[in-house]
Amino acid sequence: MPKAKVTFQDIGVTVTVPAGTRLIEVSEKVGAGITYGCREGECCTCLTKIVSGGEFLAPPSILEDQVLKDNMAPRGHRLACQAQIIGGDIVVKPA
Amino acid sequence: MAAAALTDHAVEIAPGVHWVGALDPHLRSFDIILKTANGTSYNSYVVRGENGVAIIDTVKENFADDFFRRLESVASYDEITTIVLNHLEPDHSGALPELLKRAPQAKVYLSSRAQMMLKALLKPTGERPPEYIPVTTDDEVDLGGRTLRFLHTPYLHWPDTQCTYLVEDGLLFTGDIFGCHFCDNRLFNDTVGDFRFSFEYYYAHIMRPFREYVLDAIALIEPLTINLIAPAHGPILRHAPRDYVHRYRELATPRLFNEARSEKTLVVFYISAYGNTRRMAESLAAGAESIGGVRVSLYDLEGGESGIFTDLIEEADGLAFGSPTINADAVKPIWDVLSSLTTVNIKGKLGAAFGSYGWSGEAVRLIEDRLRGLKMRVPVEGLRIKLVPDAGELEECRNLGEQLARHLTGRVEHREIDMAALA
Repeated sequence: MPKAKVTFQDIGVTVTVPAGTRLIEVSEKVGAGITYGCREGECCTCLTKIVSGGEFLAPPSILEDQVLKDNMAPRGHRLACQAQIIGGDIVVKPA
Repeated sequence: MAAAALTDHAVEIAPGVHWVGALDPHLRSFDIILKTANGTSYNSYVVRGENGVAIIDTVKENFADDFFRRLESVASYDEITTIVLNHLEPDHSGALPELLKRAPQAKVYLSSRAQMMLKALLKPTGERPPEYIPVTTDDEVDLGGRTLRFLHTPYLHWPDTQCTYLVEDGLLFTGDIFGCHFCDNRLFNDTVGDFRFSFEYYYAHIMRPFREYVLDAIALIEPLTINLIAPAHGPILRHAPRDYVHRYRELATPRLFNEARSEKTLVVFYISAYGNTRRMAESLAAGAESIGGVRVSLYDLEGGESGIFTDLIEEADGLAFGSPTINADAVKPIWDVLSSLTTVNIKGKLGAAFGSYGWSGEAVRLIEDRLRGLKMRVPVEGLRIKLVPDAGELEECRNLGEQLARHLTGRVEHREIDMAALA
């Protein structure tokens, strides 16, 4: 299975993950500072800054796009409960 | 002093500005968590300009009749051009669906984050959402000779909240901030009974978890000329309104100077039946203290009260909880503390758990799950030690303390791991 690397900058941990993993699955296990509310892409609690490697995340769904817009999220931010890792090296930190 | 709100008529609070809210004197608890010894009020306001009429917030649904009767005493529905929603919680938006039916031409002004809540609110009516305009700080609505200016003041106490300033008159409509659950038909702060306790009780239970946002809002509010504050609950503050702003600043600021402000703080709470979890706590604390830049406090949960612990937790950067396992659970004093934190903001604080156990040792994992549930980050796996910790195990406790301190001070060594290795 293709692998990817995601680095949680706030806790200094890089995790090798299978492609298809959502950020939420790995950030919770590793104890990163990204916090979660609804876990369904509605509340925007898990807004996350993608420091680099945003192109290695699957594009946001229409719902995620709308939630990011409604919450005035700056560019380069995603919802960790929605963002799916598809490969490459990604660096993230809590928004 | 004569009651201002005994009739069905609106009450003038400034020239061309009326209170059209409702009184709920028999309510004894609000949102389950708040006691309301003399009830509450749902304050709504009407502002008349030369070119239109604005309604600021509405009331709880079952008080809609009172609201509409008072509204009709000062304005007709076809005059309403503007509806401002400072906060969409049902006690302020309950009459909104009906108001939109009666004044379908009105434009709705609300914060960006209130938009989804508006759609959810109108969902059961099947009505198309009205024309609504998301606004932020310094956006304005001209009513003709009168200007409503918005202040983006989120999280007081929902993400959607905002304040609205009537520029020419120096009136500030604040939603829940500066409000309280206090019902008195004399309406104004200089005529009602003593409501000071309610004002502070409301802050402590509703606003305290958002105190950083309170301070942001006060920074926007303090430069304004304020002749009157019109909150969404409780007395209208027409006498010395700035005193209430000042009091909010005091309430949102730690009381005593924090002597450890230049360092990160770690508070270690423990409870121990035979001294084993206590020894673990002491070693953990010593380890954390050995890393420069971290001030450690150590507390036995048997020797304090949950209110004091809540104050400590609010101020701390990191928290570690030590509990033995008794009958497959952490002990009650731990849960008492961990279930008393809704009045403070602990999101994103560093958390950890540890404890001695005899047989199964579930307490540590249960505490970690609770800390994550409270939106704390738990970057270091907790430590479970079978019964009496030996020298090597106490060294592990010390290492845990050192790791926590490194996380607190941003000096953690970079690690690379495989997801398969994570529990």
